[in-house]
Amino acid sequence: MRNKIIEVNKLSKRYKKAKELALDGVSFYVEKGAFFALLGPNGAGKTTTVSILNTTLSKTSGEATIDGLDIEKDSLKVRKNIGVIFQSPSLDKNLTAEENIRFHVNLYGLYPYRFTFSMMDKKYQKKVIKMAGLLGIENDIHKPIKTFSGGMKRKLEILRSLMHEPKVLFLDEPTTGLDPISRSNLWDYLIDLRKKKNVTIFLTTHYLEEAENADYACVINKGKVVAKGSPQDIKDQLVERFMVVDAKKRNELLKELKKFKVKISGKGPYKVVLNGIQPQKIVQKTKTPLTLLEIHNPTLEEAYVEIIEKDS
Amino acid sequence: MRNLNAIVAIAFRDITKLFRDKTRILANFVFPVIFIGVLGGSLQSNLQESLPYNFLTFVFTGVIAQTLFQSTASGIISLVEDRQNDFAQELFVSPIPRHSILIGKIFGETIVSFIQVSMVILFGVIIGVPLVFPALMRVLPFFPVVAFMGGAFGVLVMSTLTNQKTASQIFPFLIFPQFFLAGVFNPIKILPTPILIASRAMPMTYAVDLVRSIYYAGSSEREFVVLFNTQTNLSVVLGLFLVFLTLGTYLFVKNEKDK
Repeated sequence: MRNKIIEVNKLSKRYKKAKELALDGVSFYVEKGAFFALLGPNGAGKTTTVSILNTTLSKTSGEATIDGLDIEKDSLKVRKNIGVIFQSPSLDKNLTAEENIRFHVNLYGLYPYRFTFSMMDKKYQKKVIKMAGLLGIENDIHKPIKTFSGGMKRKLEILRSLMHEPKVLFLDEPTTGLDPISRSNLWDYLIDLRKKKNVTIFLTTHYLEEAENADYACVINKGKVVAKGSPQDIKDQLVERFMVVDAKKRNELLKELKKFKVKISGKGPYKVVLNGIQPQKIVQKTKTPLTLLEIHNPTLEEAYVEIIEKDS
Repeated sequence: MRNLNAIVAIAFRDITKLFRDKTRILANFVFPVIFIGVLGGSLQSNLQESLPYNFLTFVFTGVIAQTLFQSTASGIISLVEDRQNDFAQELFVSPIPRHSILIGKIFGETIVSFIQVSMVILFGVIIGVPLVFPALMRVLPFFPVVAFMGGAFGVLVMSTLTNQKTASQIFPFLIFPQFFLAGVFNPIKILPTPILIASRAMPMTYAVDLVRSIYYAGSSEREFVVLFNTQTNLSVVLGLFLVFLTLGTYLFVKNEKDK
């Protein structure tokens, strides 16, 4: 098994003056190099979890470690190992794109501070120029970021956060406020980046399709974990995957289907619940000619809506 | 070493921002023009005969201290603005201790206040405020002390104010009365008891008096203008700096994390 890079154990948080817990005993872990998604509706506790993990918010109880370091006791070391893309943009609008990046590398002690770009370390200059090329903003790198589009700002933030080569990249609802094209654009970019950099990605989102690509997902609602596993596991656990079949010779079909020890309902067409059985297996072994074959594969979205509704 | 580098970067960010913010430069120039030029000038013309010291110089030295103090304090309050704009997040997740962030801010805003105060001096020279230059040079090394105190005052105010709206509403109430109680442009040597108490309780009083006690040292005008001796002023200013900074930093770190 791969190493656990993030471990969260019975984490709880009660905000000042709040009666209810924002997080109520949340436990999960993230494997090194994985793409982890924390899913949940608005107000579920996603940002609270991320804020505690990135050491900007204190916990009420429980434990959490990142790369073996306690988030409370070793907060400075933890911060060195993580990159964070916040829900709301965190670029300084009065500075240029390059100045924002320069500020970042200075904060992380990567290169000594110089008053102008041309006075900065040559390696830094090269890196920035290459980066600007990747983003297609060679001509705008010295312009105030006020002039940048929302999608471009996000990409710039991601690039900035990767300058110090973090072990974990937190993305807190990174596509909020972006149009669908910028969104899918950003995703292509992130997926590509992950391949190249092998960084662990911790994503929070309420857009389910964004979590479909995750290796592992954890669904929280009202501060509690309601489901966890691979997106497929969550689907299997929580939503019935079934197929609908029919044939002219219904009796023969029913006889054959019964051999598979699956739940069958309906008087024809028949609804066959697929509990971990591949539909292909059933179809292969069925000799009765079929007149209807539909496989119902729920999306994570359907699973998710079901979980959330069941819970409230 | 990393912290030092970060402190320099944080400080220079504020300076860069000053040069991009034309309104701030202008707004900070309007104050001295009104105070020295209009207020000082008019009082000078009407009251000078009964005064044993030059009124314009009196206001000018007061405005120097006030500019250093206020510019730094209000610059620190801009961290509240950063918090609102969410730029603060970038600062707060970086591996830099909170107190280094505040120190960087204070240094940056101190340099910003030097830029502002040099414009005030330039303006004073242009309109012909009677100045003794060696005396002014003597005050120069104490500029940082006054600015630091303003910065620490800003840290304390900022750490207790949660959002930009309350900050921008409350800050004038904390700063404007101090102009008058600290005697920036009004003599406060003799005051009715309640005002006297309020005046001597204001931090800015000691900043203003520190500048004047050094500027007027050895002159015949000193006894009419200066309240305390330099050592007293300096001790109070440094003492308050330490108290404000320690308490402010403590509250800032606590309030930022314990929500």
